[in-house]
Amino acid sequence: MIPYAFTYRRAKSLDDAEAMLAASPDAKLLAGGQTLIPALKMRLANPSELIDIAALEALRFLAVRDRVVVVGAGARHHEVATSPEVRRAIPALAELAGSIGDPAVRQMGTLGGSLANNDPAADYPAAVLALDATIKTNRREIRAGDFFTGMFATALEEREIVTEVRFPVPERAGYAKFANPASRYAMAGVFVAKAGPAVRVAVTGAAPCVFRIPAMEAALAKNFSPDALEDIEVDPGEMNSDLHGSAEYRAHLVGVMARRAVETALR
Amino acid sequence: MTVVSLTVNGKPVSRDVEDRTLLVYFLREDLNLTGTHIGCDTSQCGACVVHLDGRAVKACTLFAVQANGAHVTTIEGLAKDGALHPVQEAFRDNHGLQCGFCTPGMIMTAVDMIRRVPASELDRARIRHELEGNICRCTGYHNIVSSIEDAAKRINGTGKERAA
Ligand SMILES: Cc1cc2nc3c(=O)[nH]c(=O)nc-3n(C[C@H](O)[C@H](O)[C@H](O)COP(=O)(O)OP(=O)(O)OC[C@H]3O[C@@H](n4cnc5c(N)ncnc54)[C@H](O)[C@@H]3O)c2cc1C
Ligand code: FES
Ligand code: FES
Repeated sequence: MIPYAFTYRRAKSLDDAEAMLAASPDAKLLAGGQTLIPALKMRLANPSELIDIAALEALRFLAVRDRVVVVGAGARHHEVATSPEVRRAIPALAELAGSIGDPAVRQMGTLGGSLANNDPAADYPAAVLALDATIKTNRREIRAGDFFTGMFATALEEREIVTEVRFPVPERAGYAKFANPASRYAMAGVFVAKAGPAVRVAVTGAAPCVFRIPAMEAALAKNFSPDALEDIEVDPGEMNSDLHGSAEYRAHLVGVMARRAVETALR
Repeated sequence: MTVVSLTVNGKPVSRDVEDRTLLVYFLREDLNLTGTHIGCDTSQCGACVVHLDGRAVKACTLFAVQANGAHVTTIEGLAKDGALHPVQEAFRDNHGLQCGFCTPGMIMTAVDMIRRVPASELDRARIRHELEGNICRCTGYHNIVSSIEDAAKRINGTGKERAA
């Protein structure tokens, strides 16, 4: 479990991090390290440099302004889970952050690292997509719908750094996940958000990338209750099948988790 | 190589290490603090949990260079003047260990948990939930949960108020 050799540098500012990335094409950002370090230990990656952005205060904030929860990319899962402001504004987002991995993972792992990685079983992508959040980087703003492009793939370009995420406060929201008992990653996680007449339903863990279910959204827009989802079938054709569960099992779980998420949103 | 200077169990230490050295190897092999264990390759077992500036973290998922300038506490740093920490006492009194391999990580996680979670919320179900990152192959967890429940009472008084 010894990674390939690399050079470690601690960035002093965002500009500093950008300059370091520009100077070294094989460099990689290091935030909480809870995804990158396990990968380095397995020698699945071989960066020449690690540029540590974990200590950058500019990325480590949480604020609620004008009905928008603004979370810095460097905010740790534990900080989001326990923030009184987030708990008041979007309780489901705090709940989701508190369900990631275990306490040690949550005290290191960050929002920016989770989004940049876009693990098919990660929790945050479901909240970002269902809440129609905006991802701000050192270059531009990216709408949630354009950000997650595939398995472990995002719209981020080379050397682009996520700086913050803006989550509009919905009327109601709920998250339910069926966690893998070993890792707590989602086998199926569904985030449901109602903002005005619109309802968004985002699913993580079940397929190669987070996705929405328009049929459920339409049904919930008419009648925001778990019963509205009773007759909606989820197509196993698009689901993952692996040692943790078959595609049919996951399709079934998505329906169950969606109903539970609506129940949570109604509490 | 980088010169890493940090405070471990209250003592300043400084060593020249390869940047890729994981904190757990730094503690075990450079400082001979072998109480911090390695139980897995996947960041899932919690045998390596230490405190980094007061927060429980997995020393196998952190490079020593990341801890440059920080305060690290390991299981060896809990006892004070020859007296065990209340969590260590509670594990002993409640038969909270069998082979003992997971115990340093369990205790470091428990100390962090009791510090972080309000006493009124720390019931048995919550303790189990908080132990999701710590695996034990021997005890079946029951006595570990009892140990932590007992330790929280010792530290927080009756459980209603927290000691300062
Ligand atoms: C045992 C275990 C259980 C876990 N369980 C869960 C779970 O249940 N649910 C879940 O969602 N996750 C889980 N995780 C993953 C965890 O949430 C990670 O913290 C997260 O995926 C990555 O965040 P990080 O800050 O640790 O990023 P790092 O590991 O430091 O980085 C991850 C990637 O993102 C890049 N990056 C980091 N920050 C930025 C940025 N600001 N801009 C652009 N790129 C960036 C890095 O270069 C790297 O490629 C688990 C991890 C472990 C070890
Ligand atoms: S050795 Fe660190 S989690 Fe298993
Ligand atoms: S006491 Fe043996 S692994 Fe826990």
